[in-house]
Amino acid sequence: MEKSKINPNDTIKRILLISFFLSILLVIAIFMGISIGSTGSGMGEILKTVFSDVDLDPLLNAIIWKLRFPRVLLAALVGGALSLGGLVFQALLRNPLAEPYILGVSGGSAIGAIGGILIGFSQYPGITITAFAGSSLVLAAVLALSSGHAILKQDTLLLAGVMVNSFCSAVIMFLISMTQDSRLHSIMFWLMGDFTMINFTQVSILTAILIPCFILIFLLSDSMNLLLLGKEMAVTMGVNTRVVTLILLITSSFMVSATVSHCGLVGFVGLVIPHLLRLIIGPDHRLLVPACILGGGAYMVFCDLLARALPIQGEMPVGVITAMIGAPLFIILLRHSRV
Amino acid sequence: MDTAISIKNLGYSYSDSSILKGLSFNIKTGEFFVILGPNGSGKTTLMKIAAGIIKGYKGKLNILGQPIDSYTKRNLAKKIAFVPQMIPTDSPFTVSEVVLMGRSPHSGFLGFSRQKDVETAMEAISFAGVEHLAHRRINQLSGGESQRVFIAKAICQEPEIILLDEPTASLDLAHQIKTMDLMEQLKNEKKMTIVMISHDINLAAMYGTCILLLKNGKIISLGSPEDVLTFDTLEKAYGCKLLVDKSPVGLFTRITPVPQRYLEEDKQKNMLLRNFSK
Repeated sequence: MEKSKINPNDTIKRILLISFFLSILLVIAIFMGISIGSTGSGMGEILKTVFSDVDLDPLLNAIIWKLRFPRVLLAALVGGALSLGGLVFQALLRNPLAEPYILGVSGGSAIGAIGGILIGFSQYPGITITAFAGSSLVLAAVLALSSGHAILKQDTLLLAGVMVNSFCSAVIMFLISMTQDSRLHSIMFWLMGDFTMINFTQVSILTAILIPCFILIFLLSDSMNLLLLGKEMAVTMGVNTRVVTLILLITSSFMVSATVSHCGLVGFVGLVIPHLLRLIIGPDHRLLVPACILGGGAYMVFCDLLARALPIQGEMPVGVITAMIGAPLFIILLRHSRV
Repeated sequence: MDTAISIKNLGYSYSDSSILKGLSFNIKTGEFFVILGPNGSGKTTLMKIAAGIIKGYKGKLNILGQPIDSYTKRNLAKKIAFVPQMIPTDSPFTVSEVVLMGRSPHSGFLGFSRQKDVETAMEAISFAGVEHLAHRRINQLSGGESQRVFIAKAICQEPEIILLDEPTASLDLAHQIKTMDLMEQLKNEKKMTIVMISHDINLAAMYGTCILLLKNGKIISLGSPEDVLTFDTLEKAYGCKLLVDKSPVGLFTRITPVPQRYLEEDKQKNMLLRNFSK
């Protein structure tokens, strides 16, 4: 009979190993992201620009550091935050179809952003702020609707979120149907996710917001494992389920709101990346949290790269690529897994 | 003997209907305490209050001499483990992962396990007889197997009291006896206090050292199996005729339910029931 061996340091080793591997992947993705673009140049030339003091070509230098670098960093942050948001909601709601927008973040921020566009605010900070305000209001409404005893019942929360999102969709459609000028184009791009209008200030602010969220969620990853055994079981294993659930809900909703208010509704990544990583590395959230942040980031950078590089003219919304690659990849993995 | 759980005037209401109506009793340490009673008598509510899951009760509840509210969730989890009726059979974790999670009230940062935690988990796995399943996932196991895994998890928690809500309900006879034997072993070898809800009066009579019979949130009877399991108290609790005699093994109290058609036949002659009711 196979002797059951459990190594006490297994989990720590696996966290480090997975984080190391995915960090390398992320660095490669970021490097490719800043190297490839419509202004053709060889990898070697980019390497020189990145790693030497000599500025070879001021134009290329500007493109890399002022345009591509913030954009690639934004993509990495967005991918990480949305994947982590999806992971948390899938665990809390115990629903495999949960994604980071499920509690109404998408609807709320979209109404906010469209409102901002229609009033004629600038992309930053105007629309970012209206989008964030919109999602915060909707989240507050959803939490209030399902507050009291019901906040611990995942179905109430889920239904409240779905209903609020449906209502928001109707409002969005109404606003779109009333708009007929060039602002329609801005609205459509925002709804599909847009990484183009970004600068270093925005990336820095977003990083400052997201890093504490990442850390807080990682610290609660052990409790998320216990919550998967059911709330009652978790309580009797020492988890303060009420407090943990509330902290996780608010932190991840805040994180997702802050993210989408910078880049619009980038879709699918938050649904598929947690599932993909779960199929590969198993259900332990202590591994999945860092994996989602790094892996989701790398995935989004690659997708953004393809969205820029594939079309002969202009670029396509990154959401198109995330779903086109993610869905088949997920189905292939699902068929080969025994879970 | 010390008192494991002390309950005084415990009441609980849920949306205008009172579920528990002023219960008072003690559970001594080292006892195999079985809670019996018909559906809706408040057994599960009582157990969930003692497990710290349900709050908002009235009255006093002491766990090992201290009020339950004076414990943090973590400290309470070091004293009491709970095996619910509906165990999560769809969990994707492996058996050894789940059992190791039993250490979480004892372990530190992020639940990383130390050598001692792993040893305790291995011991719990072998105590519950699930070594051969250690690397399987919970969602690949049968109902009886996952039941034992969650009992192993409870053992791994190293509590002083284990609460089980109908652990034998969905098991075949062999697994029922295996589970009950395991509980008795825990009581005798690890000196744990076992508190179990059951619908199987015969199992309760064979293993229980003390039996609480509940109906509509009130105590019908409390005491040794011989004292509690009588024709009259059982009829009062369950509202049906249950014949009581001694089983051929070990002279345990034995209960036999009577089908309705026999009762109708018996109405005239009254032979069957006369022999059993005092």
